[in-house]
Amino acid sequence: MKGVLPRGGVRGVLLRLFFVVALPAVLVAGWWIASDDSTDVYWPPLRTILTTFPDVWTGERLREDVLPSVLRLSAGYACAAVAGVALGTVIGSYRRVRAVCEPVLEFLRAVPPPVLVPVIMLFAGIGDTMKIAVIVSGCVWPILLNTVEGVRAVDSVMSETARSYGITGVARLRHLVLRSASPQIFAGLRQALSIGIILMVISEMFAASNGLGFTIVQFQRGFAIPDMWTGILLLGLLGFVLSVLFRLVERRVLGWYHGLRDVSRRSS
Amino acid sequence: MRGTNAVLGAAGLAVFLALGEAAPRLGLVKDEYFPPTSRIADALATELADDAFWTALGDTLTGWALGLAIAVTAGILAGVLISVTPYLREATASTIEFLRPIPSVALIPLAVLLYGTELRSVLLLVVYASFWQVLIQVMYGVQDVDPVAEETARSYGLGTWARTRHVLWPTALPYVMTGVRLAATVALILAVTAELVIGAPGLGARIAVAQTSQAVPEMYALVVVTGLLGLLINVGARTVERRALAWHQSVRGEVAV
Amino acid sequence: MLDVRGLKKVYEGSGRRVEAVRDLTFTVDAGELVCLVGPSGCGKTTLLKCVGGLLTPTAGEVLIEGRRVTGPPPDMAVVFQEYGRSLFPWMRVRENVELPLKQKKLSSARRRELVADALESVGLTDAAGAYPWQLSGGMQQRVAIARALAYEPDVLLMDEPFAAVDAQTRADLEDLVRGLWRQRGITILFVTHDIDEAVYLGERVLILSSSPTVVQEQLKIDLPAERDQLHTRVAPRFAELRTHVYEQIQAAKRGAPVDRLVKDVSSDTPPLH
Repeated sequence: MKGVLPRGGVRGVLLRLFFVVALPAVLVAGWWIASDDSTDVYWPPLRTILTTFPDVWTGERLREDVLPSVLRLSAGYACAAVAGVALGTVIGSYRRVRAVCEPVLEFLRAVPPPVLVPVIMLFAGIGDTMKIAVIVSGCVWPILLNTVEGVRAVDSVMSETARSYGITGVARLRHLVLRSASPQIFAGLRQALSIGIILMVISEMFAASNGLGFTIVQFQRGFAIPDMWTGILLLGLLGFVLSVLFRLVERRVLGWYHGLRDVSRRSS
Repeated sequence: MRGTNAVLGAAGLAVFLALGEAAPRLGLVKDEYFPPTSRIADALATELADDAFWTALGDTLTGWALGLAIAVTAGILAGVLISVTPYLREATASTIEFLRPIPSVALIPLAVLLYGTELRSVLLLVVYASFWQVLIQVMYGVQDVDPVAEETARSYGLGTWARTRHVLWPTALPYVMTGVRLAATVALILAVTAELVIGAPGLGARIAVAQTSQAVPEMYALVVVTGLLGLLINVGARTVERRALAWHQSVRGEVAV
Repeated sequence: MLDVRGLKKVYEGSGRRVEAVRDLTFTVDAGELVCLVGPSGCGKTTLLKCVGGLLTPTAGEVLIEGRRVTGPPPDMAVVFQEYGRSLFPWMRVRENVELPLKQKKLSSARRRELVADALESVGLTDAAGAYPWQLSGGMQQRVAIARALAYEPDVLLMDEPFAAVDAQTRADLEDLVRGLWRQRGITILFVTHDIDEAVYLGERVLILSSSPTVVQEQLKIDLPAERDQLHTRVAPRFAELRTHVYEQIQAAKRGAPVDRLVKDVSSDTPPLH
């Protein structure tokens, strides 16, 4: 069923490296060759796209477009994380509050976040505030609802242990509730990250004077096709890098959880 | 207990709607930005009486359903193929890890150039976004196949097809259902996004029109409709998931990916 | 040290009323090791939670050194049966033991000292940096015991602590608890459903009736203080005592106390300490 790779040894390492690199290399080579003598305006040769890349994404563009986008995303994402975890902890801790809020939250979560862009533009205009507000309003729900679930599911024995050892209040929140909910919270944060990137791009496509989404649409409208392709590549790269960063953080914070899960899976 | 929760939930909803009515009436928020609940309800009623609204709803649902169907089919086929073929999993891992996090909205300019405001634009975005949800869950599911069951099937001389049908598929099914549910939500988001940004016909485009013509209550009404649609899809997918898996000894938890 | 007077606990919920504990009165003296044994489902855990301040009794009271228990008392530690759910999996062994001490606002030097000492007492000095789930069940329960020791409680409550570990580990852990008790002079209330365990460990055994629970009998265990798995368990006196407890429990299940006493068993004696 599963191809078993030899582990350890130089051969093993080389073989694994081969598996990591082989398919991407084939795909890029395929694209390169297939598009090499392309005259189709919309599908320029990969060679052209790659040579255009450094010309388009110069230091100034990085500073003027990429940096503001990333900053807005970070600000919105951070606010959503703080608000989602805080509210989620409160709602998850009280059964009645949860029962009251649940239907409303389920509805708000179900609203496709991009439709909030025009709504929020009414309040916040078209500046940075609007974009950050859009990102917050889209990202907060998965974080909030997952936190509620996680907080609700705190183990009863752990909870009693904490009580009997006088671990209450802030210490209980910090050492027990949030830690035990952290796998769920991270699941929410991961969903929120992809929503955040989508909203970052869309809010800029809608109304902006700078940013990645804005620039890419400008290229498309101006029929600067290779430039547009470099923008798509850059956005893809950004998504990839953010997901790698996320995973690094998750590995660190949830190391115990993955270990625990592996142990219980092996013994079951 | 359940009854109490339902009452509390209804109360919460009532408070939410009442706040939406009171806040603009009391001047806490400007009512041209945030119309009271009753005015949104009026606008919603007008929308429901409008044929164009139903056409838009139909367009959105078409894009959603078609895109979802393609993504699910492709995701299942690719997932099973990758998992069953020796070494294919290892060979594709890095590529999948790279392609998956690429935001599908990056493809918007390309979709505009290639297909304009046609349905195919919507499909491109919807399929790209929801395909990965299904694929990943299918691969997790196949990985979860009990080696003992697999060995048993092998020792009884079941061929690849029979093993796929009787061992692999039942094990992977819960994961597939989870993948479909996640994909259904993502597909709606991307369908509405494509309409909103590109202008393909549908609810999203209608929201964009309402926005540019400053028809604020109509815009809110449409946002509510998309929310209800999302809710319906969510609840529906969960019900189907539970029904389809009622026979399964353990309805498995979601894989955090 | 520990006084339980007229304790009664009734659970009420969704129209049903369950009387788990009817009327319990007993005392545990300072430095005594008392085992509570009773038929399964007799409300042992309810009793322990009331004593530990985790549940509020419906009537009656629990006193520690004359002070009434209204919440978890600061000079009491609890070891739960479910070691896997009682230790925090996101903390290493050392941090698990140390956390309650931080709550006590002890200096970090003092904390380090207590943690090292407690881990050494249970023979887990080398595992300080491991996560609980990397250890075997018996070792995890040792960590829970170390956490309780480091807390320096006057009273240690143990709720069927060895019910979920295998027989050999169990024997080791029983000797560990008895050793620690003799060494440190802590007051221990040990709840178990295992009759042999109760007789082997305790200075006194309280036999509970089935639910609604009352104290069926108090039995002084007059075995020598020096006990070991090999000899104590085959001693004729051990067999007599365990037979007596067994009969009482069987009777408790049927709902009537047995009058026939094993020869020389001093029943219902007040503690002699």
